[in-house]
Amino acid sequence: MAPPTSSQIKPGRTLLVLLAIILAMGATIALQKAFVPKFGLDLAGGTTVTLSPVTTDGKAPPQESLDRAVNIIRDRVNGTGISDAEVARSGDNIVISVPGAGRDEAIKLVATTAEMRFRQVLAVAAATTPPTTLPTTAATPSPSAVTPSTGTSPAGRALSKALAEPTPTPTVTRRARSHTATGEKTGAGTRAKATPSPTPSVAPSEEDPLAGQDLSGIDPAALQKFRTIDCTAKNRGQGAQDDPNKQIVACSQDGSARYILDKAAVQGSQITTASAGVRQDTGEWVVNLDFKSQGASQWSDLTAKAFGAQPPRNQIGVVLDGLVITAPASNGRIPGGKTEISGSFNQQSATELADQLKYGALPLKFVQSSVVSVSSTLGQDQLRGGLVSGAIGLLIVMLYLLLYYRGLGAIGIASLGIATIVTYFSVAVLSANVGFRWSLPHIIGLVVSIGITADSFIVYFERIRDEMKEGHRTLRAAVEVAWRRAKRTILVADAVMFIAAVVLYFLAVGGVAGFAFAMGLTTLIDIVVVFLFTKPLMSLAARMKFFSKGHKLSGLDAERMGRTNSGAEHLQEA
Amino acid sequence: MPGIISRLYRGDINIDFVGKRKLWYGLSALLMIVSIVGMVIHGLNLGVEFKGGSVFDFPRATNSSVEEVRTTIKDAGVHQVIVQEAGPNWRVTTESLDTNEVPKVQQAVADKYHLKADDVSTQVIGATWGGEVMQKAWIGLAVFMLAIMLYLSLAFEWRMALAAIVALVHDLVITAGIYAWSGFEVTPATMLGFLTILGYSLYDAVVVFDMIKEVTGKLGTSAKMTYTQAANNALSHTLIRSLNTSLVAILPVAAILFIGTTLLGAGTLKDLSLALFVGMIVGTYSSLCVATPILVTLKEREPQWRKLAERVAQREASVAKAAAASAKQPVVAGSQNGVATTDDGKRKKR
Repeated sequence: MAPPTSSQIKPGRTLLVLLAIILAMGATIALQKAFVPKFGLDLAGGTTVTLSPVTTDGKAPPQESLDRAVNIIRDRVNGTGISDAEVARSGDNIVISVPGAGRDEAIKLVATTAEMRFRQVLAVAAATTPPTTLPTTAATPSPSAVTPSTGTSPAGRALSKALAEPTPTPTVTRRARSHTATGEKTGAGTRAKATPSPTPSVAPSEEDPLAGQDLSGIDPAALQKFRTIDCTAKNRGQGAQDDPNKQIVACSQDGSARYILDKAAVQGSQITTASAGVRQDTGEWVVNLDFKSQGASQWSDLTAKAFGAQPPRNQIGVVLDGLVITAPASNGRIPGGKTEISGSFNQQSATELADQLKYGALPLKFVQSSVVSVSSTLGQDQLRGGLVSGAIGLLIVMLYLLLYYRGLGAIGIASLGIATIVTYFSVAVLSANVGFRWSLPHIIGLVVSIGITADSFIVYFERIRDEMKEGHRTLRAAVEVAWRRAKRTILVADAVMFIAAVVLYFLAVGGVAGFAFAMGLTTLIDIVVVFLFTKPLMSLAARMKFFSKGHKLSGLDAERMGRTNSGAEHLQEA
Repeated sequence: MPGIISRLYRGDINIDFVGKRKLWYGLSALLMIVSIVGMVIHGLNLGVEFKGGSVFDFPRATNSSVEEVRTTIKDAGVHQVIVQEAGPNWRVTTESLDTNEVPKVQQAVADKYHLKADDVSTQVIGATWGGEVMQKAWIGLAVFMLAIMLYLSLAFEWRMALAAIVALVHDLVITAGIYAWSGFEVTPATMLGFLTILGYSLYDAVVVFDMIKEVTGKLGTSAKMTYTQAANNALSHTLIRSLNTSLVAILPVAAILFIGTTLLGAGTLKDLSLALFVGMIVGTYSSLCVATPILVTLKEREPQWRKLAERVAQREASVAKAAAASAKQPVVAGSQNGVATTDDGKRKKR
């Protein structure tokens, strides 16, 4: 009667596998001291701002623009000094999470539109008044980069070179020059060249950063601000709304220099295209830029004006979101708008600048779709509510299993217990290693999933009882035969739940994703627990007299199974 | 009563779900019509997340009254003010305020009730947000249904997939109807609940279908039972399991609902669990009384099962004739019939 012995030796081994998994997770948690998972802002308290892009045509904005906007907003948030704030994309939305309270300023800051303007440089100096001597080590501009000293300029933008040679030699632009990455028509008009130039790396006098510079025509307020601004600080003025009709003081994006800039001469929205490409004759990376007709004539005037001026006023600052992203020197009037920016670019830096220019052409506008601010007390209430209902839910289900299935129920309870442990460990491990934050929807998802987990046991238990009822099998045989059938049902049903979870996770907004994640996770854990715990435990239990002899409390006793009077109630059928 | 419970426990009960399918169809059709009428007349009571607006939550002082809270907030320059009790908190809903007005209201409340401004939780929802949530939910629903149709068609067959999806739509419409008639607030958390119901509704149907597939697979060419009868047997067989699993699924949800209403009063916990609670009850009904009957209706159209039904009818007619001749013990004949199939099934399983 007994099924092949192999399946009877296995259960112990399978249980050991599960034990090993649990111990490994436990050890990971102990090593990382990650006993308490990190909580989301709805539980820990804090403010979550969801920004939705607004486009004039109502279409979804381009993905690159969104990524660029995330970078800009992240830079702004970093500028406020909030270190633990997070800025992330969620579909087309941008979600900013600011823990803690009293962060109104940060919230006001994030929603403004990042605009681009072209302005003539009036004066320039190193980042801080007492110039630091440390050369930057970063290869790319980073917000915290300190003032570079001569020859170690970031991003290969040859910041120092032009000061040594204050007037870059204009290059006659060849017609029909082709660029690998441009789709522009060539030959239409002269392509003049603007060479990006120079932060003055010659350390200005410590007393006055403006010593020796031509200060004529500069607004005194701007001079005052210029003298005090510190571009190495976290807040370098990113996100500041610059008035196009006023002279402004702004830092370079990498924080290496500060500028006084004239009134805006060309708006970023006048840009038609911008692209990075390789100039075929020299093989150097350049950025190509085109303007609309109005912008082109403004640009022509601006480049001419700058060309005629003494350095540093021959430079044109490109200001995006309050920061100077580049300040090339003009090599002559550029009519028709077709412009090339050159200077030690590499592929990365050229692409970066081109992307920024493109973004400046069509900056994304955002509305605050939702601003949710949860006080820490309300957060604690919510957490407590979630945990208490979880505990109650678990208890009721366990009680029900015990009342209904008796001895079998005890196996179900043990399985639920194991599932709870595995779930908690997964939560902790994910939180510590993937930076996962657990929010209320996650917790609800876990609680709701108690049902799914328990359901698998019920499917299996009912199968065992069916087998016992139908045939006069021994329990040991019934446990194995029932498993073969129940296994399929459990897998098919769990697959449906899992599909639901995946679809919800990827297609839904906001908290839904968290809920779906929890549901998907528990579905997987359910399968692990049923296969590695419930089934082997059931096989072991079948060897016990308590179960195999059908003890009254085992849930498998003959009377309760209705074996003695089977069929007596099947009357309706004829 | 104890008799029924113990029969349920033993799985001895045999309710004719499928045979009475006209009754269920009628009942379901009626419920759906009532639901749709409710949605047309009343519409859904959309929460602030869908209409746009601001919500303030703060601890309720012992001596504060709704009127007092309303005055305090109106004095802060707000026009529409709705004050509700939410567990230990006041919940105040206003029109959509901008980033400058929100701190003003926070401060006004904090001053009045000697709180810190940070103790006042706020939510400001733009008017377009709800539309986006709703749109995503519809897309999610469509993709989900397609994915499930595909999966069930592969795992079972298209008829089962279709029956399951019909049951699913049925559940959603009726749940929405209950929301329309009762005036329960629909929030994003409610949408979440609706979407989750889909999973549950199917989960249950899948388990039943799995059993039907197994039982009917053994019918073969014997003329003992029609597809309908076999499906009904399968359903009766899994009835206790269906009820059990539904109950086990509803219990934790009921716990959340209870805690959500008593401890927190309003918010995600309550909205979600209410939708689940209602949806699961409807889902349990539909997997028994809608999904399976539809499946049977579809299956009986297949030539294979139609022929079987004819043979069974012939056989029963002759049995009836014989029975009429002897005029004895129709009850026992029926009973043996039922037992015989189970035995038959068991033999083939081995």
